[in-house]
Amino acid sequence: MSDRNPVLTIFLTAIMALVLTVLPLPIWFAIARPNFLVITVLYWSIMLPRSGGLLLGFASGLALDVLQGPVLGEHALALAFATYLAIRLHLLVRAKPLFEQSLFVFAALMVYEFLLWVIDGWSGHPLSTPTRWVHTLTGGLIWPLVVGVLGRFHSTR
Amino acid sequence: MAVFGTEVDRPLYGRGPSPGLRFTVYAVLSVVLMYYDQHGHWEQRLRYALEAAAYPVQVAVNSPSAGWRALTESFQSRAMLRAENERLRTHERELELELMREAALEQENAELRQLRASLLPALIKHAQLAEIISVETDPLRQRVVINKGARDGVSLNQAVVDGSGVLGQVARLGPWSAEVILVTDPEHAIPVEINRNRLRSIAVGSGNSGELLLPYLAINSDVKSGDLLVSSGLGGVYPAGLPVARISGVRRESNQLLAQVRAQPLATVERDREVILLEFEPTHPDAPAPNPPIAPAPAPPVKPPPKIPDNDE
Repeated sequence: MSDRNPVLTIFLTAIMALVLTVLPLPIWFAIARPNFLVITVLYWSIMLPRSGGLLLGFASGLALDVLQGPVLGEHALALAFATYLAIRLHLLVRAKPLFEQSLFVFAALMVYEFLLWVIDGWSGHPLSTPTRWVHTLTGGLIWPLVVGVLGRFHSTR
Repeated sequence: MAVFGTEVDRPLYGRGPSPGLRFTVYAVLSVVLMYYDQHGHWEQRLRYALEAAAYPVQVAVNSPSAGWRALTESFQSRAMLRAENERLRTHERELELELMREAALEQENAELRQLRASLLPALIKHAQLAEIISVETDPLRQRVVINKGARDGVSLNQAVVDGSGVLGQVARLGPWSAEVILVTDPEHAIPVEINRNRLRSIAVGSGNSGELLLPYLAINSDVKSGDLLVSSGLGGVYPAGLPVARISGVRRESNQLLAQVRAQPLATVERDREVILLEFEPTHPDAPAPNPPIAPAPAPPVKPPPKIPDNDE
């Protein structure tokens, strides 16, 4: 696809990722499932920070809030912050080998989940089972695959 | 403002507001949303609109499994259908018998209550079938999405049951869909009583499907494994007498004040895809009682006790 207008590509991949995120799975798969939408948003923020950017992060977070969140705006804030981190550090991250990128994604997902955990507690929907952190690990592990798949949708620089 | 959809992707800095500023704007926006989601009123309408926007996604996600179910149903063998038909017929006969007895009991009950002149209206005014949509809500919370919403007459906090017991209540409402919080959700609590001895308590969700906890029963309370829990009618959501769960375990430790009581809910979403939304006749004595006011009524001024003359003096 052309680099001229990546917005459509970004939008479509985000929708696909959203569908993957809410696809029903047996409980153990559901717990281990990486949050595809967050990872996709991180990918576009690192690779095309101009086109993706904070609006994508905020809007995706809002979609997650409507579908899954206990409080409107919770995922939006957390994902906007993770996106902000990715945008600020995108040059640094891009230059790293894939393994270190995975570590960065893992860290970003931890920050994201930490914000959710804090807001959950503040807003009176506490949920502190350790299982909520599992997806950050699987998210980091799946990063090379995401790079392989999404890398085909935009021309390399 | 180059945010979303500029043709050049290279220069990040020096065009438009900086990412830090934009992030601040979004963060403030999120916090405002969160604040109003907790306290506001206009926000309800925004959420309603967003739920409507999310509905296509839910339907799209649900369609493969719905299609698969339709396919398997249409290719079921004749023998299987016959067997099922036979089973349902037997079941129906049993239910009819029970219903016959129940009509007599109802009559007798009304007589006992000396309300013979005006027989009680039926408790359940309207029951509506809905189907669970296969959409993942947070897997760590016990919620399901159903395919009926405000347009079908569903209202917030409506009780949801299945054939065997209480399932939960409507927690969030969209125009065509609604989110049901199950009794097993850790944020849910249902006022119950033990059917055997009318002992009242509260059953809270454990977060696992298939388990409720009764954390407020004293260690010497009369409760044992196998007791049936029915809703007590307090709390304003569920009417009295709906079966909720069966006690599955009681642990008493002598150094604790409270017993550790677990119960297994009778209704499960794993088994059934169809749920029933109930609407109640408010004049019926078993209808859910409205919540009492939170602040207690001011107590009448206490008179000082009459002085007892001291005889010692």
